Amino acid sequence: MAQSPTSSELADAVRDDRSLRRFLHGLPGVDQVGLDQRAAGLATRSIKKAAKRWAIDTSISMIDLTTLEGADTEGKVRTLCAKARRPDPDRPDTPQVAAVCVYSDMAATAVRAVEGSGIRVASVATAFPSGRSALAVKLADVEFAVAAGADEIDMVIDRGAFLTGRYGQVFDEIRAVKAACGGAHLKVILETGELATYDNVRRAAWLALLAGGDFIKTSTGKVSPAATLPVTHLMLQAVRDWRDATGELRGVKPAGGIRDTKDAIRYLVAVHEVAGPEWLHPQLFRFGASGLLNDLLMQRRTQLDGHYSGPDYVAVD
Amino acid sequence: MTDSPWEYAPAPESRDIANLKPSYRMFVDGAFVDGGGEPLKSINPATEELLTEVSSAAESDVDDAVRAARRAFEHTWSTMPGRERAKYLFRIARLIQERARELAVLESLDNGKPINESRDADIPTAAAHFFHHAGWADKLGYAGYGPDPRPLGVAAQVIPWNFPLLMLAWKIAPALACGNTVVLKPAETTPLTALVFAEICQQAGLPPGVVNILPGAGDVGAALVAHPGVDKVAFTGSTEVGKQIQRSVAGSGKKLTLELGGKAANIVFDDAPLDQAVEGIVNGIFFNQGHVCCAGSRLLVQESIADELLEKLRVRVRTLRVGDPLDKNTDVGAINSAEQLTKITELAASGDAEGAQRWTSPCPLPGRGFFFSPTVFSDVQQSMRIAREEIFGPVLSVLTFRTPAEAIAKANNTPYGLSAGIWTEKGSRILWAAQRLRAGVVWANTFNRFDPTAPFGGYQESGFGREGGRAGLEAYLDV
Repeated sequence: MAQSPTSSELADAVRDDRSLRRFLHGLPGVDQVGLDQRAAGLATRSIKKAAKRWAIDTSISMIDLTTLEGADTEGKVRTLCAKARRPDPDRPDTPQVAAVCVYSDMAATAVRAVEGSGIRVASVATAFPSGRSALAVKLADVEFAVAAGADEIDMVIDRGAFLTGRYGQVFDEIRAVKAACGGAHLKVILETGELATYDNVRRAAWLALLAGGDFIKTSTGKVSPAATLPVTHLMLQAVRDWRDATGELRGVKPAGGIRDTKDAIRYLVAVHEVAGPEWLHPQLFRFGASGLLNDLLMQRRTQLDGHYSGPDYVAVD
Repeated sequence: MTDSPWEYAPAPESRDIANLKPSYRMFVDGAFVDGGGEPLKSINPATEELLTEVSSAAESDVDDAVRAARRAFEHTWSTMPGRERAKYLFRIARLIQERARELAVLESLDNGKPINESRDADIPTAAAHFFHHAGWADKLGYAGYGPDPRPLGVAAQVIPWNFPLLMLAWKIAPALACGNTVVLKPAETTPLTALVFAEICQQAGLPPGVVNILPGAGDVGAALVAHPGVDKVAFTGSTEVGKQIQRSVAGSGKKLTLELGGKAANIVFDDAPLDQAVEGIVNGIFFNQGHVCCAGSRLLVQESIADELLEKLRVRVRTLRVGDPLDKNTDVGAINSAEQLTKITELAASGDAEGAQRWTSPCPLPGRGFFFSPTVFSDVQQSMRIAREEIFGPVLSVLTFRTPAEAIAKANNTPYGLSAGIWTEKGSRILWAAQRLRAGVVWANTFNRFDPTAPFGGYQESGFGREGGRAGLEAYLDV
């Protein structure tokens, strides 16, 4: 097999369990040392002045502002949505975030709170974060979120099935969820921290793309390690290769652990130089984060005012 | 990347950090002195502006320096206990670290290499060589060359312009650790960090005459290696000059090591980790503008993946940022001299003339200075000049092979033999290939990795002798 598949090979790959397995195991290997080294090297880019301001605004516009706590209340979600609409009330030119991300029982609240803003509502579903439930339950969860008006569904894959080698089962499940999404966009969470090896991450990324995921997402944020730069590089390579094979553009969402502007810029550099400039858009790249927004806002003010004002000048919501 | 919505703003390192002086003097017997030669004009290859003037040595200066080194060898350095020598070496290593930023900026100004390479590779590795050899200074009896190996005497060392401070460290650190004294001639176009190193020797309180630095052109180097007061000659540079040196020292009883040119094969098998192989290829040939004797300048790709790998490679090479060496985001800096640029241009033209397919990165180049766009030649055949001669620039020649045996045959079909690379996910194939490749260093699933503990050196016209590690000590000991 040629290393990067053609579209007929892709069609062939999903014919049955055996061909799926053959395909995923035929993907080029990932050399861990090399990937880590490349990610570390690219992270030394020095982004200054206008380039930094552009990066900050672009990062804000790519955020899925997230609250995924057992203690979430409607009030908490409404507060989050207000922040999503006007991240920095003193500076109306601050971009809005891309989406708010909540549990499915909070989707309806979020939908009402962001109405008319153009901000999308993403709901985690499919027995998030472990994914351990019957398929019927997972699908019901998705249908519930979609009925509540969620624009995007963040599903988790069954890592147990994946690690056992039951790729067909994972594939079928993603397919079924995609069908249940209707018009909603599907983000497939690979939970890369539990997949353990880069080879597994690459296979899981391709599996999610083959099954129709609109986005591949690193983590739930509930497992450590969550998003890392090397894993994000790997997923950016996967969507780039997918584009080369099919012409289709799919997105990438690192989630968990991205806390400050410096970090966000490192991810944007990777988007820019690994996948390519086309991916520098909220339609194709998102940050799953809650704390990141405030650091971006503080840095934005520092860039515009020429001095640092401190955390009390941005809302803690 | 011209269609990108995101242009990186310039992020230049301040050139003031280099503490550039209007003139530099040579370093003999612990003091900075004027040389009898015509002063060298040091040019910034990225702008073609005059940086500074450097006094250069005449033959009488060579005589003085060798005599000073002899005195220091006999009266202080060789008689000093190893643990005392180690203290000086540790001190030098720490001072290199303390003055790392200054040295990095100065190196980039003088040489044209990107600041991210001088800052992250050259200077830290130079310091590491002194640390490593400082550890050996009092343990030479355990190096496997007898219980009490003796130093050779005065070492004449001539180094190239591609890694000025790093090559200095490779030469001086083992020589001093083993108890020798040195007279070193840095390259004509890049003497500045060697002279700052001389300041560091003063700071470290190194006894006078242990290290002497003589800037100058080839004639100074020739006089130095031919000097009868010299016991050991170490040279890194072109094969042509290496041969002249070998002729000049033949029969003199001087010990000689040569580290010369290369035309390394970087072999990519069809099961290679493809994205990392692309990175390794880029690192192999575009690191330091390709001014690397062990550069992976011949890419050998298995035919079944050649088209795909080349396409990925071109996409990657387009993202290389060529330009101001002091910009922290520059990946490929300036060619060191107009002369070298002419040589690269001429050899690349021979590739066109002999029928290879040239692809050039569309990256914009600065209007001034010596620059050459990253270039990849495909459809290259073994018989072409660009497959046989060392280009020493950012030019990659791509050949293909069908079977592992053919890959080895092509890789070894070169007068050189400094390094080679293997890319495969199969461990047994790595071992199989490494046993068959005639090269001093064989990297597997990586390229251009340097460490003071790893011996480095060549076969055939890439020279002889090893530098680094335990094996490297042999070159400076009477064994």
